[in-house]
Amino acid sequence: MSKKTYAIAIRDVIAQEMRRDENVFIMGEDIEILGGIFGCTRDLYKEFGTERVRNTPISEAGFIGAGLGAACAGMRPIVELMYMDFTLVAMDQIINQVAKTRYIFGGRAKIPLVIRGQQGIGRGNAATHSQSMETIFMHFPGLKVACPSTPQDAAGLLRTAIRDDNPVMFFEHKALYADKGEVNDDPEFMLPFGKADIKREGTDVTIVANLLYVKRALEAAKELESIGISAEVIDPMTLVPFDKETVVNSVKKTGRLVVVHEAHRNAGWGAEVAAMVTEEAFRYLDAPPLRLGALACPLPFALNLENAATPQVADIVQAARQVCYR
Amino acid sequence: MISKERASRIYLTMHRIRGFEEQVVSLFESNKLRGSVHLCIGQEAIAATVCSNLTEKDYITSTHRGHGHCIAKGARLDYAMAELMGKATGYCKGRGGSMHIADFETGNLGANAIVGGGIPIAVGAALASKMQKRKEVAVSFFGDGASNEGIFHEALNLASLWKVPVIFVCENNGYGISVPAWQSTSVEDISVRAVSYNMPGVTVDGNDVEAIDEAFRAALERARAGEGPTLIECKTYRWLGHWTGDPQPYRTREEIESWKEKCPIKRYGEKLLEQGFTAEELEQLSQQAKKEVEEAVDFALNSPLPDEGKILEDVFYEEA
Repeated sequence: MSKKTYAIAIRDVIAQEMRRDENVFIMGEDIEILGGIFGCTRDLYKEFGTERVRNTPISEAGFIGAGLGAACAGMRPIVELMYMDFTLVAMDQIINQVAKTRYIFGGRAKIPLVIRGQQGIGRGNAATHSQSMETIFMHFPGLKVACPSTPQDAAGLLRTAIRDDNPVMFFEHKALYADKGEVNDDPEFMLPFGKADIKREGTDVTIVANLLYVKRALEAAKELESIGISAEVIDPMTLVPFDKETVVNSVKKTGRLVVVHEAHRNAGWGAEVAAMVTEEAFRYLDAPPLRLGALACPLPFALNLENAATPQVADIVQAARQVCYR
Repeated sequence: MISKERASRIYLTMHRIRGFEEQVVSLFESNKLRGSVHLCIGQEAIAATVCSNLTEKDYITSTHRGHGHCIAKGARLDYAMAELMGKATGYCKGRGGSMHIADFETGNLGANAIVGGGIPIAVGAALASKMQKRKEVAVSFFGDGASNEGIFHEALNLASLWKVPVIFVCENNGYGISVPAWQSTSVEDISVRAVSYNMPGVTVDGNDVEAIDEAFRAALERARAGEGPTLIECKTYRWLGHWTGDPQPYRTREEIESWKEKCPIKRYGEKLLEQGFTAEELEQLSQQAKKEVEEAVDFALNSPLPDEGKILEDVFYEEA
């Protein structure tokens, strides 16, 4: 174990995997000398050279398509996007090509491809550079979707993603990169996909959150504790596959559900979780499930507006109190 | 110069493609085959000639009009026909159909129903070959319409920057569905677009086997020598509509007939007779193709439908 930031945890796993398997390589914008704008590939080119730590032109669709082709032809590419918002200029390659190749070609292809990068609020990047994209990629079958909320989770899930023979969309959060935590340095340390992590046990209300909102949900849980509400905080870790069992069992225990994410509330992944829990545990529910997410406006620039558009700790506390009728 | 063995292969392949597609038309008209079906009758020389220079380990990416590429790259006609009929025995277990047929075992990374969608995939396959120090090349087939998609330009730029062994083969048949090239494409010869990406670009008669072969072999040599990509534009014409039900108000019967005069199979047959093939030899090749196609149709007609119980298999790869 060693203490390191979320960004360095990611970098170290990429390096370990590149040492382990020469077919693993990474390409993306500004990842070589600059080391990525958040430092997730800092100095990797010095060890692995510029063929395997490959700067790309600003051609997201082109290099994601090239990643798919390379994966079909025996490599294990990691494609870094500077902002996950940029998936939008490469949507055909991701949704029509990457996600569908294995299935529509009769299961004959393996696609060991990781598309990773950061997203979210926190740096005043405004509407086109602060979005939460993960919900979109849950909708189309064929992609796995991972969302680590701590340095340790980032390391364990990323190694699993790189070794998976399926395409993985790997969502990091820009406001988590500087967070420090204990990370298992074992080059075989992996966290399984489809296994949620109960970040805090509780008995009165289940709060499901991902990425930055795991932290905020934990803060809310502390406040709730002070007023006598015991909140259980669950991080699904991967949205595809989704660990329904852990969430449903938790709600069977607490009888109450709040889902909170930074993605827009309308048709966000929280709606899917709320529906799933309603279907599976309806008679255990003591209150309607509540969803918190960004308002239905593009994310505004001004900090006070950005805060107003996204759920705050106080909103999570309020929602938990509401479902507990307190 | 094309060896006798390869010449026979090209001629046989063109007949296979033509015969296969003629049967597709007939099956479609008798409601035994459905869906979006795009035919390449009249364009067979390009796929047949290009792929005669490739091994099964080389890669191709193809298009919505991809039967020819698939067959030329080595696909079995029976599995291909079964796929077009949505049968369990098809290359993709009936999940892909005409527009999404692939055969990874012969290096065919797939037809691609999104115009231009396969071009960067070929660049990536070529990148893998280069990084793994293999000698395989990748060929991306696409139409004139694809050269107006952004992805074409991104892919050519990447390929040139990275000097990967890929050859871009544009089949310019003059129309994007109903829209003629003059209404959609800012240049007369698509090959000039290569200049922007610092690679050679050449335009050839896409109905002339020898012209295609000469241009392709030069590109292949360049790719294998590590000198990077080439763009080859093959001017050709599709005899039939964009799809099987196309009423074709956008072109004249005279235009279509004038291109039928330039039939690539007939032209190459005449060339081969001049080069010493006998009429019997050619007839034998065309009969062989005819027989294979008939067997493929029988196989496909008699194959079972895919099992609905397996509909969720293969969305993801799972360790056994």
